[in-house]
Amino acid sequence: MAAEGSNSIDALGQFQLHPALGFIGESVNFTQANLMMIIASLGVLGLLWIGMKPRAMVPGRLQAAAELGYETILSMCLEQIGPEGRRFFPMVFTLFFFILFGNLLGVFPYFFTFTSHIAVTLALSLLVFILVTTVAIKEHGWHFFSYFVPQGIPMVLAPLLVVIEVISYLSRIISLSVRLFANMMAGHVMLEVFGAFIVMLGGLGLLGYLPAGLSLGLNTILIGFELLVAVLQAYVFAVLTCIYLHDAVHLH
Amino acid sequence: MSQDQGGPGTSFEDRLKAARSKQGLDAPPTATPGDQEKPGGSLWGIGLRVGIELVSALVVAVAIGYGLDRIFHTTPILTVVFVPLGGAAGIINLWRMFAPKGS
Repeated sequence: MAAEGSNSIDALGQFQLHPALGFIGESVNFTQANLMMIIASLGVLGLLWIGMKPRAMVPGRLQAAAELGYETILSMCLEQIGPEGRRFFPMVFTLFFFILFGNLLGVFPYFFTFTSHIAVTLALSLLVFILVTTVAIKEHGWHFFSYFVPQGIPMVLAPLLVVIEVISYLSRIISLSVRLFANMMAGHVMLEVFGAFIVMLGGLGLLGYLPAGLSLGLNTILIGFELLVAVLQAYVFAVLTCIYLHDAVHLH
Repeated sequence: MSQDQGGPGTSFEDRLKAARSKQGLDAPPTATPGDQEKPGGSLWGIGLRVGIELVSALVVAVAIGYGLDRIFHTTPILTVVFVPLGGAAGIINLWRMFAPKGS
């Protein structure tokens, strides 16, 4: 944790990668982030598998959760992409639940948030970007490149605007990945800082108890806020994927 | 997610229609995908989004300019050219985000 023996707050130390699973993990560089990814995947599979096992007409709690997730993502695909959205549903569903479980697992103590690493979010957003571009080229062929030429502009301005459009298109990779990464990292840094406050102020004696208690209260609120951010960011990632896919399928 | 509970007043036909359109069996009556990302309406969220959109376009533009400069050995020129273009792309991103519908 923070403030190990010193007066400085080590807010970023929590994002360090360590080998997991003993010497086996050490020899193949299997870190706790990889372990958390596997746990998150197993969690999603478990939710769907165990949740859908009863196949009850009136669903229980777990089955209701599984069905709710399915229907939410399905209606989101259909709303955002249109009738073609059905094809991309498995992809968006997987993406949403993988990120959601990654974010949510990170709220628990001793667990690691793999979405707080830009390497992970950038890989995810590159995946989305490559998929979207591939779909667009497959659907429209060479016509896809007309996406970069805004309609109804004078030809003189075209070279300038095409460059700007291409930059705007490419910036999706960065904005998609940085949004998720920044939100997750900021929340955990705040938790760490206020957690360190509790320890430091608590050591101060009688004078420090009140502010330490306030920090504890704030941290409690922050945990709730983190839960909101975790769900919201997973949702935003999925919605943006859908919007980009809509652009790819329909071009404008 | 409000399911198709429909209430006691709505007829079976209506509920069937709603269910069918939700499952994508019928063509949805109004395909309005233009409802861009608007999940969290908080000021914090908007501020963060604006910042990210602006900066990410600039980052891409600088990366392109710098890379081209390295290739063509024209060191500052292309970076300088691409920075304003990146700013413009950031503004376009923002316009796409907040533009009134149907424009």
